[in-house]
Amino acid sequence: MGFKLVILWTDIALWLMALSVAVYAVRLRGLPQSRSKWQRVLHDPAALSAGFVLLLFVLVTLLDSAHFRRTLPTNPATVSTGQAVYYDATTSSLLDEALRHLRATREATYSAPLATHAHTRDAVTVNGEIQRIYPRLQFGGAHLADPVRDWAGDVTRRVLAGLGIGLLAFVGLAVALATTLRRAHGGLGPAWQALWRGHTALPLRPLLATLMALCAVIGPVIALAGGYHVMGTDRTGNDVLLLALKSVRTAFVIGALSTLATLPLAIVLGVLAGYFKGWVDEVIQYLYTTLSSVPSVLLIAACVLMVQVFLDKNPDLFETGLERADLKTFLLCVILGLTGWATLCRLVRAETLKLRELDFVQAATAFGVSHWRIMARHIVPNVMHLVLITTVLSFSDLILYEAVLTYVGVGVDPSTSSFGGMINLARNEMSRDPVVWWSFSAAFFFMVTLVLAANLFADGVRDAFDPRARAFRVRLVPKKPTVA
Amino acid sequence: MWNYLVRRLSYGVLILVGVNLLTFFLFFTVNTPDDMARLNIGGKRVTQVQIDKWKGERGYDKPLYWNAAGQGAEQLTHTVLWERSISLMLLDFGRSDSARSMDIGYEVKTRMGVSLTLAVPIFLLQVIASTGFALLLVFFRHSRIDFWGTVVCVLMLSISSLFYIIVGQFLFSRVLRLVPLSGYAGGLDMVKFLVLPVLLSLLSRLGTEARLYRVMFLEEMGRDYVRTARAKGLSEAVVLWRHVLRNALIPIITSAGSYLPYVFLGSLVFESFFGIPGLGAFVIDGIAGQDFAIVRVMVFLGALLYVLSNALIDVIYTWVDPRVRLA
Repeated sequence: MGFKLVILWTDIALWLMALSVAVYAVRLRGLPQSRSKWQRVLHDPAALSAGFVLLLFVLVTLLDSAHFRRTLPTNPATVSTGQAVYYDATTSSLLDEALRHLRATREATYSAPLATHAHTRDAVTVNGEIQRIYPRLQFGGAHLADPVRDWAGDVTRRVLAGLGIGLLAFVGLAVALATTLRRAHGGLGPAWQALWRGHTALPLRPLLATLMALCAVIGPVIALAGGYHVMGTDRTGNDVLLLALKSVRTAFVIGALSTLATLPLAIVLGVLAGYFKGWVDEVIQYLYTTLSSVPSVLLIAACVLMVQVFLDKNPDLFETGLERADLKTFLLCVILGLTGWATLCRLVRAETLKLRELDFVQAATAFGVSHWRIMARHIVPNVMHLVLITTVLSFSDLILYEAVLTYVGVGVDPSTSSFGGMINLARNEMSRDPVVWWSFSAAFFFMVTLVLAANLFADGVRDAFDPRARAFRVRLVPKKPTVA
Repeated sequence: MWNYLVRRLSYGVLILVGVNLLTFFLFFTVNTPDDMARLNIGGKRVTQVQIDKWKGERGYDKPLYWNAAGQGAEQLTHTVLWERSISLMLLDFGRSDSARSMDIGYEVKTRMGVSLTLAVPIFLLQVIASTGFALLLVFFRHSRIDFWGTVVCVLMLSISSLFYIIVGQFLFSRVLRLVPLSGYAGGLDMVKFLVLPVLLSLLSRLGTEARLYRVMFLEEMGRDYVRTARAKGLSEAVVLWRHVLRNALIPIITSAGSYLPYVFLGSLVFESFFGIPGLGAFVIDGIAGQDFAIVRVMVFLGALLYVLSNALIDVIYTWVDPRVRLA
């Protein structure tokens, strides 16, 4: 069974980003100063645990970023040497393959989490006559002979089995962690003890607590997903858990790509404005003041409309609808980047104004080093900590902003699943009677986890890289008679 | 100070010209006046005569940027860009392009009043609530109250405002039936329509602002005058209330002042969800209907308010902080 690799724009961007992060991590070995700052990030318990959760989300995103289309089986009777190969119209990713079961179990319409019957009444033929009852789901709870009697027992059994497996996985991971600490603590036993008492260099006990919580949740979910729809189904019968997992990639794409798209303009223009001052400064200040004066939603709406017109006029550029929707998402990120560079530019400009007056820049000028060389080798590396902090902080802001943009109507393509889209649909669902609450809750749960993890990690990065921010962290000090 | 204001405001005029050009360019790269006419006339078969008539009525029959056929100054002034921009500068907003052709100036005036009844309470209560909460956290700093308060702040800021709105509407309007779901009424009745949006808007921003103000307060607490005040024997509460609050208000005012333009423009999301007929809803209608007349007026208003409020903040800054002199 052959397949054809489908390379989407956002896939390229995501993989490039992942690669650069890996390259940077390897390069850190030769940069002791930066390495010590990143180690400080890892020493923050909240940042370490949040970083681990983020890593899981990144894994889901990367799995979902390897797309391919299967070759359609050819009729062996008509096979000839020069026959063209045809590919499936639906594009799958590795995540889709892993969640194949969830994809295949599509119901007719709404159903509650772990339900065995649909959410609304329907006309069903029972014993020859038509009745309006809640019909049995095609896949959810289909293995139960008598749903009323067997449901509770089956669910409990699955949850317990899942918890057991989760616990086993957790213990296995903890043992693996202790094994890596073997050398530092002198043997597996002392390492294990140190781990449980929290006497390790890195805050690994909170990480273990996070791991335990994750295993306790993921285990039962996997066990239940085999027979039920764990988070219910939406209007077209798709499993909500599947939709939420697919939306993680969209959130990541928008958060990461948009932040990256602001960087070139912001850094270049900010350094130019701060370094040359004079009329260059005036022009660049005018540019970003004008840009900030326009209400951002309107600006983004106008640009998205432009993109829409371009896409409508060129339907032949794309082989599948997915490629078209993906390019729309990619261009949305570029637009968000092109309209959001003003804040970072201001910060970089202020920092450059300060750096410009320092001695080493003056010495370089005295040596006759050209302006561009000074900017590239002295100024830009020294503003990077500011850039890093702002980038990491704006990641979560952009994920939240995407929801608002989708509500206004200028977000991602409706065929791309996103948290904003799920929330948007939730408006109508919550006003139904009986209430359809599960789609909204799933979006809420996943989005809050992702944004909270991103925020906690960003706080850790900011505390490590910004010397002033560290003073304002909450430190629980024992009650002493003196103040301050 | 008047010198400074005049300079700021003339720079502001330059900004407005730039904003106007940008909007014009962005809008007309997407649509030509012919497309706009087709969309707004509607119907299945639109003839060229109808399109020309529509354009003539609204002044879109001239060239967009440069009239090559005119003589001298007419080449510049006899264009859509010039005529539309000049009328905007004179605050003559004209009529909207849609079929209803409403008087935009009248709409803006009535809707701005409605937006203000929602936005002013939000703005004031926001500052008071966030400052109060931050003060509480700083008073009990480095204790469990501070720790859990900060945890709650981080949790609250990780939740999107859309969640607050939907859950709040569901809980208070549908389940508890305390307030109506959406809508607006004039007079004293407006209170029952505004309670929920104000409360939810407060909650959605409390996390970010309280955390920010907490940092600003802590920065003030490290100064020498605070240490002197304590050495003099003043209690912690008095030190916080009478000394630190005033000095920390300076950065708070700057950050709160940056929200001023949005006070006038109205919150897009809240007005839309709660059916409040303010400027925010007007903007969303304009975007959806691709009504250029409305969009350019709202962009112009937004830019104007941004310029004015920045100048206002600078003036207030000199009043609050006597060390600052306007250049």
